[in-house]
Amino acid sequence: MTFEYAPAPESRASVTIKPKYGYYIGGKFVAGEKHFPTINPATEEVLSSISLGGKKDVDAAVKAAKKALDLHWSKLSGRERGKYLFRIARILQERAREFAVLESLDNGKPIRESRDVDVPLAAAHFFYHAGWADKLEFAGVGTKAKPHGVVGQIIPWNFPLLMLAWKVAPALATGNTVVLKPAETTPLTALLFAEVCEQAGLPAGVVNIVTGDGSTGALIVNHPGINKIAFTGSTEVGKIIAESVAGTSKSVTLELGGKAANLVFEDAAIDESVEGIVNGIFFNQGHVCCAGSRLIIQESISDEFIKKLQKRMEKIRVGDPLDKNTDLGAINSRAQLEKIKELSLAGDAEGAERWSPQCSLPDKGFWFAPTIFTGVTQSHRIAREEIFGPVLSVLTFRTPQEGIDKANNTPFGLSAGVWSEKGSKTLWAAQKLKAGVIWTNTFNKFDPTSPFGGYKESGWGREGGRHGLTAYLKGVTHE
Amino acid sequence: MSKRIDVKKTYKLFIGGAFPRTESGRTYEVKNARGEFIANPCLASRKDLKDAVVAARAAHSGWSNATAYNRGQILYRIAEMLEGRRDQFVSEIIELAGVAPKKAQDEVDASIDLLVWYAGWTDKISALDGATNPVAGPYYNFTIPESLGVVGFIAPKKSALLGFVAGIAPIIASGNTVIALASESAPLPAMSLAEVIATSDVPAGVVNILTGKSAELAPWFASHMDIDGLDISGLDAKLVTEIKKSGAQNLKRIHSFKDISSPARILAFMESKTVWHPIGV
Repeated sequence: MTFEYAPAPESRASVTIKPKYGYYIGGKFVAGEKHFPTINPATEEVLSSISLGGKKDVDAAVKAAKKALDLHWSKLSGRERGKYLFRIARILQERAREFAVLESLDNGKPIRESRDVDVPLAAAHFFYHAGWADKLEFAGVGTKAKPHGVVGQIIPWNFPLLMLAWKVAPALATGNTVVLKPAETTPLTALLFAEVCEQAGLPAGVVNIVTGDGSTGALIVNHPGINKIAFTGSTEVGKIIAESVAGTSKSVTLELGGKAANLVFEDAAIDESVEGIVNGIFFNQGHVCCAGSRLIIQESISDEFIKKLQKRMEKIRVGDPLDKNTDLGAINSRAQLEKIKELSLAGDAEGAERWSPQCSLPDKGFWFAPTIFTGVTQSHRIAREEIFGPVLSVLTFRTPQEGIDKANNTPFGLSAGVWSEKGSKTLWAAQKLKAGVIWTNTFNKFDPTSPFGGYKESGWGREGGRHGLTAYLKGVTHE
Repeated sequence: MSKRIDVKKTYKLFIGGAFPRTESGRTYEVKNARGEFIANPCLASRKDLKDAVVAARAAHSGWSNATAYNRGQILYRIAEMLEGRRDQFVSEIIELAGVAPKKAQDEVDASIDLLVWYAGWTDKISALDGATNPVAGPYYNFTIPESLGVVGFIAPKKSALLGFVAGIAPIIASGNTVIALASESAPLPAMSLAEVIATSDVPAGVVNILTGKSAELAPWFASHMDIDGLDISGLDAKLVTEIKKSGAQNLKRIHSFKDISSPARILAFMESKTVWHPIGV
């Protein structure tokens, strides 16, 4: 006998979506000329029409940010700046439900995650950085450190509001002003954030939001009025940005791709590890740069472990992102779904064995069943390339050193997981793994006090904690 | 009795703890301040650089896993050995740069003292840049700086010894291994320093030194996919944009510095690692 869950959808009533949006520049909502649709990836319903930022719009935003910097923001004391950030944190908490619902509608992620992870962490980020604003002389960077000026920030579609918070909060706390471009497919929470800035009474032009696509992002990166770039997205685009700014005085931080290893030793607590692996790869549909997309498991426990993992995967509920029981929501876009399909087919073609639980996927929208590939070797594309979807590649190892070597055999180095009940072994593995964030016996944990960022081709710099803060101050980088 | 003929030194490269000639068979002429011939050092090639990267990569695991105390003692040992050969370096600098003896003595003294200064940083840099992070949950969370890996260094043209020491000491202090390209016009103090390093318990491959043309070799440093970082303090300003563009291929950490003694020089070639560990019974 099986028990079915009754539908438990969150109400959309808290959210009002306008039929058309412009930009938020110099404290005003201004109309755009060209538009493109943003859709609900779970239903393909068009949610709104979004402005496509061009040169004129980016110019206006940079100008507004510079004016706000010179006239208001740079003249405020750190204490007063901080109070605006505290206000923003509080308003995000007050309007948390609205943000969570809107995020799930525009992004396709389960409401359980937008409600319990994205929005609370976004508010926490503003609260944390608010407290830094009047303490910068104690940040370990000397008393002469200064803000860069106007910061261009380009954020991805996987955690739209949270990535906005990771970018905007430290920039404002350190006295910079901002031109932010949300991702093409997920602009709505950033546009709602503009309302939060209004409610907080933030001076006009301190935060400017220009929607658009990659071409809009390139205009921001190459704009001579931008003093610093902060980008989160693919390694491919990150390299283009690094090349574009070569030889300029622009400072850059990059949070890029990953192919994280989740390393399970034979002395791990098996059931806990299975939960950790599931969280590591299926959290947010695997649309996570630090996702544990390679399970690297000790051969002696591999068969038993895979059986338990499959049994657990059969319980994953795939469907309506607004349903409070949903574990796995919609793939964010058709383009991303195609990429996941293409790489999965490469997994089949290269000889790995694919397995997914029986699950019925909705007819409309973009969906991909939770999937694992066993028999994966290090040369397979699914072991090397970032899939950015709910697809796990399983590799095995015999000796601990072989496990480490396989884990490190990637140009990426954002995160890694270690599962073992032996404390000294987890610390040994944490020391050997070449990654910026190591989770031992846990995975996908984030906190504003905890620096996040990658080794190797996973990026430049850190976000969060004192380390992340200093990236927004001049005089402490090494140029 | 006839005048004794000096035994002159053949200047070679320093790769993986050995002193090979360049595989290319090329040399170039170095003259002293009066324009007289001194030596024919190696004109290193791309292949020599590749060999040096292989040696530096192989040495990284052992060197970065050595204790900070051990690394500190080895850097201090380089200072001891250099002090012992102080007069040789003073006369080399006088000969090459044509400076007054006092100025040459000051440069050698400053180089020795700088090695001592960086020796003391090996076991303190974590206290400066590490952290325990009070996350909102039952986790013990800490951040530590770790060495980056293999780092290239294009040495400044002037102050051939001090500028050279100011590059390699901070790079290796944290556990990186280095491939240094000596000053093109004044490479001899750097090559003599290789003899000091070779007798200071520095493991083979931790420091590798090439001589040659910066304009020829710097682009190969920038595009090499197994070099993680690059100190371009000595690079011709005209080449900076090209080198940074090329380094973007593997997102190399590329920096240049003005201060010779700064912990920023150490931290520029380190990565922060954050570790989360659950707390519970």
